[in-house]
Amino acid sequence: MWLTLTVSARAVGFGLPLAILMAWVLARYRFPGRALLSALVHMPLVLPPVVTGWLLLIMFGIRGPAGAFLYDWFGIRLVFTAAGASLACAVMTFPVMVRSVRLSLESADPGLEQAARTLGAGRLDRLFNVTLPLASPGILVGAIVGYATCLGEFGAVITFAANIPGQTQTLPLAIYAALQMPGGEAKAAQLSMISLGLALIGLLLSEWAGRRLNAVLGR
Amino acid sequence: MSLTLQLQHAFPSVRIDMAFEVPSPGVTVLFGPSGSGKSTVILAAAGLLRPDACKIELDGKVLADTMSDAWLPPERRRVGLVFQDAKLFPHMSVATNLRFGLRRAPPGPVRFDEVVELLGIGALLDRRPHTLSGGERQRVAIGRALLAQPHLLLMDEPLASLDAPRKAEIMPYLTRLKTTLRLPVLYVTHSSDEATRLADSIVLIKAGRVAGYGPLPEIASRTDLAFAQGTDAGAVLHCRIAAQDVRRTLTLMEGGGTSFWVPLVESVPGAHHRIRIPAREVILAGSPPDSISLHNVISGTVRRITPEPGRATVLVEVALPEGVLLARVTQDAVSRLRLVSGSQVLALIKSSSIEVLGA
Repeated sequence: MWLTLTVSARAVGFGLPLAILMAWVLARYRFPGRALLSALVHMPLVLPPVVTGWLLLIMFGIRGPAGAFLYDWFGIRLVFTAAGASLACAVMTFPVMVRSVRLSLESADPGLEQAARTLGAGRLDRLFNVTLPLASPGILVGAIVGYATCLGEFGAVITFAANIPGQTQTLPLAIYAALQMPGGEAKAAQLSMISLGLALIGLLLSEWAGRRLNAVLGR
Repeated sequence: MSLTLQLQHAFPSVRIDMAFEVPSPGVTVLFGPSGSGKSTVILAAAGLLRPDACKIELDGKVLADTMSDAWLPPERRRVGLVFQDAKLFPHMSVATNLRFGLRRAPPGPVRFDEVVELLGIGALLDRRPHTLSGGERQRVAIGRALLAQPHLLLMDEPLASLDAPRKAEIMPYLTRLKTTLRLPVLYVTHSSDEATRLADSIVLIKAGRVAGYGPLPEIASRTDLAFAQGTDAGAVLHCRIAAQDVRRTLTLMEGGGTSFWVPLVESVPGAHHRIRIPAREVILAGSPPDSISLHNVISGTVRRITPEPGRATVLVEVALPEGVLLARVTQDAVSRLRLVSGSQVLALIKSSSIEVLGA
């Protein structure tokens, strides 16, 4: 249970800043290959999760191009670890977060950024004091929905990080494992209820937070 | 201290090619129909739109010059811009909005307390922008722009999105501001009322070109230019209060090389005001009438007679010693009085029809 929460928290913690950056790039700039980049970002949404997990395995496995680099230079091993589970979750929820942030960036009034420019605010100043606060409802909703999705991520995690109790066995994996064992239905049911509760809390929280922030922004 | 501006830009619908100067201090009004390129000038001066070719200089400093490929970004131009719809930051209080530019600007002469007092927004400081009325929002936006210590203030139809009562509410603040500011102001509008109240000089824009440029009294009395071609045509004169006759409840105003009686104005002798005399309120006569209720019988010389398109009337420009009056009369009156350019004529004006405005 705690493992699941920390794995998800790390996935969102690392994934969200990247998602914001990606959303900003996609929302603000027109460049060749933009459509391709957008498609790439959304790929995990349409690919079978197992395929995503397998691709990660190839990329980040000890002998994979990225994995070998991390292992040789920093001694970091992602495959079959809790960090690996986080990576798998982050990749899977990335499109959800990017989408949410991007929508709120696109709905923000560009005139406000122009106003900030004429008042002497440079690029980063504008990003942190105007653009991101205006997009905060989308960012927060993206984070919460992303977190809730992480809690339930199965296919990519089991493929990339395997199902090791206490290390990479997140809630859905535990439910799956319980169901595989004779007499495990009770445990599975118990875990499922927890899962259901967490999902419900996540959705309600995002609804409430979005409404609060929008009220602050006067929408 | 002034702004000089030359710019060319081709839009699909209109080709913009204009050059003019904005003296400082003073309000220069860019006047013209929508789509004539007024906003393009504002955006280029602020640096938010890069025209095909331009040269913009402020107080001798080059803001943009296509020839030498110079282009200062908006955040380094020290140019304040008031948008049509305020553009206050919704996630900040009024006070934080006001301080946004102040905190990012080098120390300057514009002080927070003075601006708050001048614009009457002291009671709003803790409020959020979305709880303000349109007029209040626009006042805060003006304050925010001023506190960024700009060297030039641009106002892009700041009253266009407000209804008539809100406009009337904000106008006194603008006229007060006008007499306090020590910087060039470029004000875009298509309302002749705003232009009459605020302008020192007017740049008439028509289809991307400068159709006329000069001090307000001159432009307002040129019947060959668009500014004097509406229903509301009228002359504007700069006047000074010469005498207050409290017993007769009249004020004597001197201006245009002559003097006018108007109903008593709450002001002090020597104070400067502009007066507007609507063309439809002026009667022309060949000889002075006796026993008549009106106070102003003013002699002048006919300078030009311009038929008004789509009407049976003509506009007569009557030259005073310094300045011009406009009179709207019928074609028949012109022939009965045998008015031609150069005729001596008397203009009869009811004192109550003269509008006394701010400085």
